Amino acid sequence: MPEAIAPEKISVQIKVNGKPYSREVEARLLLVEFLRENCDLTGTHVGCDTTYCGACTVLMNGLAVKSCTMFAVQADGSEITTVEGLEQDGQLHPIQKAFGASYGLQCGYCTPGLMLSTHQLLSENPDPNEKQIRHAIAGNTCRCTGYMNVFKAIQQAGRNMKGA
Amino acid sequence: MLGQLGESAKLLAGGQSLIPLLKLRFANPEHLVDLNFISGTSFIKEAGGALRFGAMTRHAEIEHSALAKKIPVLHDCGAGIADVQVRNRGTIGGSLAEADPSGDWANALITLDTTVHCLGSRGARKIALNDFVKDAYTTALAHDELVTEVEVKIPPKGSGGAYLAFKRSAPVYPSASTAVQLTMDSCVCKDAAIALGCVGLMSIRATDAEAALRGQMLSDKTMAAAAEAARAAADPQSDIRGSAEYKRQLIVALVKRAIQIAARRAGGEEIEGSHLYA
Repeated sequence: MPEAIAPEKISVQIKVNGKPYSREVEARLLLVEFLRENCDLTGTHVGCDTTYCGACTVLMNGLAVKSCTMFAVQADGSEITTVEGLEQDGQLHPIQKAFGASYGLQCGYCTPGLMLSTHQLLSENPDPNEKQIRHAIAGNTCRCTGYMNVFKAIQQAGRNMKGA
Repeated sequence: MLGQLGESAKLLAGGQSLIPLLKLRFANPEHLVDLNFISGTSFIKEAGGALRFGAMTRHAEIEHSALAKKIPVLHDCGAGIADVQVRNRGTIGGSLAEADPSGDWANALITLDTTVHCLGSRGARKIALNDFVKDAYTTALAHDELVTEVEVKIPPKGSGGAYLAFKRSAPVYPSASTAVQLTMDSCVCKDAAIALGCVGLMSIRATDAEAALRGQMLSDKTMAAAAEAARAAADPQSDIRGSAEYKRQLIVALVKRAIQIAARRAGGEEIEGSHLYA
């Protein structure tokens, strides 16, 4: 039997939620696996693993991306925000508060991804109408189909953030 | 680098198609060459009566570009591909180089005067989009050649276009799509370009539908004739996105609607139009 060849590792430096992580990773490692397995940040979920559902959505340099459809080495030198990075000083982020207050979640599996897509939307447009919200979260699938309360939560979050 | 690595290497642009294909083992390259770290490959500029897009320009950058709005078809297309997350990563050059039969860019750009700038070990060349896409997943690119830029001529005054795609949900490929570009002289159509997407191995130019409009007054009757000619030109397969007959029916509806939007835009109206969801 041929000897297994250890795959070559590449060193990456990725800032996740403000904290620098230096790791040696295989080139094929997906960003979502890097976050979950190498950084122990399991708030980012793997749903479909086929670039459909958006459960793995994180922010890369402020923009929403599907972390199952990127390699960790591609995030080298960038800043990633996961759901764990939303709260500040033990205080929930206004988006998190609004999702709670408006019951914008049922089973919660899609919620981290939805909140990060919401983050990009509200940073560009603090007062979105329903059409703009639909356009912004079209890449996040909620299998409980609880979208109506999600719309309310996003509008509430926009108001919370403007008031903040 | 591609010359050194040989045929077992593949270029990675936005990765929103290639990475899913790798996971499914539909693509199995030994090496990936990531283009994302090369600076100066993402830009939108106007020069010589044309808009020029760097190959690595993301769909979202085109969606939000005031310059790209000069050609409404480009905005329609860029704003509707998949979802926010995919548009933040996917690129115009990657989409053309992949030549997926359901891809949006090739179908939207084929109705315009589009040139693909390429660079390889034998130097640079420019290829008309018509000659660039050869077949499903097949382009004129040599193995050691890549797309550097996409150049789109700005249509003359009095010309208007629309790109419409129908999808079951945002992240999936459309079931059918159409691009229409009309040059109007008040109510008379002087010239027409109509392309159909997702209903063949590559984008189909509906030449009979174009002929049904050219030189004619736009009316319900001429638009219906064009849409019927488009139905006849479509060559769809029944699959998970719908039966062949359903897709032909979609083409009829999409072509009619796109003609109406294109004609109004040719007259200077600003109309929102883009991908439609079920």
